[in-house]
Amino acid sequence: MKPVRSVEGRAIPFGQKNVDTDVIIAAEWLKTISRDGLGKGAFESVRAKEGNVFDDPEYAGASILIAGDNFGCGSSREHAAWALDDMGIKAIIAPSFSDIFSSNAFKNGLLAIPLPQEAVDRLMEVAKTDPISIDMESMSVTTPFQDRFTFEMDPFRHQCLMDGLDEIDLTMSKSDAIEAHEARVDSAHAWHKPAIA
Amino acid sequence: MTEAKTLYEKIWDAHVVDQRDDGTALIYIDRHLVHEVTSPQAFEGLRKAGRKVRRPDLTLAVPDHNLPTTPRVDANGTKIPIADPQSAAQLEALEANAPAFGIKYIGASDKEQGIVHVIGPEQGFTLPGTTLVCGDSHTAAHGALGALAFGIGTSEVEHVLATQTLQLSRSKSMEIRVEGLLGPGISPKDLILHIIGVIGAAGGTGHVVEYRGEVFEKMSIEGRLTVSNMSIEAGARAGLIAPDETSFAYLKGRPMAPKGADWDAAVAYWKSLRTDDGAVFDKTVTIDAADVAPTVTWGTSPEDVLPVTGQVPAPESFADPSKQDAARKSLDYMGLSAGQPLTDVSVENIFIGSCTNSRIEDLRAAAKVLEGRKKADGVKWAIVVPGSGLVKAQAEAEGLDAIFKASGFEWREPGCSACLGMNPDKVPSGERCASTSNRNFVGRQGPGARTHLMSPAMAAAAAVAGKLTDVRELIG
Ligand code: SF4
Repeated sequence: MKPVRSVEGRAIPFGQKNVDTDVIIAAEWLKTISRDGLGKGAFESVRAKEGNVFDDPEYAGASILIAGDNFGCGSSREHAAWALDDMGIKAIIAPSFSDIFSSNAFKNGLLAIPLPQEAVDRLMEVAKTDPISIDMESMSVTTPFQDRFTFEMDPFRHQCLMDGLDEIDLTMSKSDAIEAHEARVDSAHAWHKPAIA
Repeated sequence: MTEAKTLYEKIWDAHVVDQRDDGTALIYIDRHLVHEVTSPQAFEGLRKAGRKVRRPDLTLAVPDHNLPTTPRVDANGTKIPIADPQSAAQLEALEANAPAFGIKYIGASDKEQGIVHVIGPEQGFTLPGTTLVCGDSHTAAHGALGALAFGIGTSEVEHVLATQTLQLSRSKSMEIRVEGLLGPGISPKDLILHIIGVIGAAGGTGHVVEYRGEVFEKMSIEGRLTVSNMSIEAGARAGLIAPDETSFAYLKGRPMAPKGADWDAAVAYWKSLRTDDGAVFDKTVTIDAADVAPTVTWGTSPEDVLPVTGQVPAPESFADPSKQDAARKSLDYMGLSAGQPLTDVSVENIFIGSCTNSRIEDLRAAAKVLEGRKKADGVKWAIVVPGSGLVKAQAEAEGLDAIFKASGFEWREPGCSACLGMNPDKVPSGERCASTSNRNFVGRQGPGARTHLMSPAMAAAAAVAGKLTDVRELIG
């Protein structure tokens, strides 16, 4: 995973509450073999409507999405995080996120940044005309107008994102312990491996 | 004196590779089942990072979700192509990824092919005391044999492939104690639907459930698999039933189960896998088996259950306002009205299959009801989908296929089929289905499909009557 120390750019002022995983990416998109290319299907039902923010040229190339409470609720499909990533989103700012979505976002190097509703409201305003900056070192979100909002993040996740460590790398650094466990099982339970059919 | 432990604690403790200060632990995974839908991106991730599968010998791959249940090879033995290009691509990806990473693969036209959760136990891949995962939430089924088994997401699939471990936090433990035995005509499916009705679809959240009581001791492994399979529908992470002589007899001689001296050593260990006297559960729920009737769902959550003799509830009858609202939406979606007797509800589709109820006993129970009878004229589509090629062959040897066909059912190839609207077997919008599967969510069996969950015998009875029916009247 690449380290994520900061995200800067225009933000899409979406603002909707309870955005569920079906809205982010509909079930029919689950029949895919790649993490890539799901951006096309992201927010399909929202984009079907004229004048939606996602297709507004003002926000072309935006790297941040601003949404309402309980972002990413619904199923555990990781496709939601992949779809956001594929459409170029690197961070989502919302008052709250579903647990599973935060975890899936983290596993894919996407920032899920919780901020109080007032801060989100202010950023929605700024987003219409100006870029927003997220700094992971100081854990803060700033605007060109001197706004500064700090956020919290699980220290483990924060460190993984800052250092670009993925969970697999971290686990692999424990390979001695894994090998020791395997050796223990091999000697105590010789029956343990599936017999070759 | 050693401290008394639950079965869950025993399995957990035996698999801790590394304990972290924050309470989470790196847990070793003994068995990994892989299917076509949740694995392609995991293999792609491994490839991009230049990683291998750590223990291909502990991994088993089989296609099931997308695979059509119509014949897979023609009269000359040539593969019949799959019409939907996206399904075909997912299936081809698994077929290519398994050998590329050295994983044993059971192919679409192999006689052992079937639903992941049917073939795991059937092949003896699932063993008591092991940790088992799969990228599918009904992995809980394998707990029937005393394995700690649960569903995982795609990044976790990749993590297990690469490291054979998962970083997990320990769940709470819940005991579901059933007192007494089931009445005549009442099946394990009725029992688990009743249990979900009692504890609710979120009743088991954060817990691993252990099912205890005489009824489970007397239950076959097929029945235990049905019960444990639906643990997830009560919100639980996993279900467990302690291994016993019935489990050992079921596993003995299965292709991937231990043999000879290994077998004896394994059984000796498995016998230690029981919750100790004095061990404490975080929560205990007691159910009286005498309360369990033939049970069906009326709504769009698996907790929306009633005895088939009941009436559709009025939304106002629920105390919780959010449940009232959900019930209103459910009734609207299901096309039902409050007060309607369930036995007045007609059905146009019958699905006997899924990892919940597609094993040999399930097919026997349905065939027993159907023998000498025909499906009602109003039933347009009735299919039986055996859980695996081996179940299919066994059923054919017993002549069950002939009974199904004579009563107007189609006899299909193994797969997930109409359990989820991902392959061609779908229930048409606005139509009703008496289904032996595990989820009655909005759109689960196809957009607009109306699902009533029930046991195989009850689904067979619904086929004969053309409406929801108390099977006890047919077999009485
Ligand atoms: S039968 Fe249904 S629940 Fe079972 S594995 Fe297939 S899709 Fe999942």
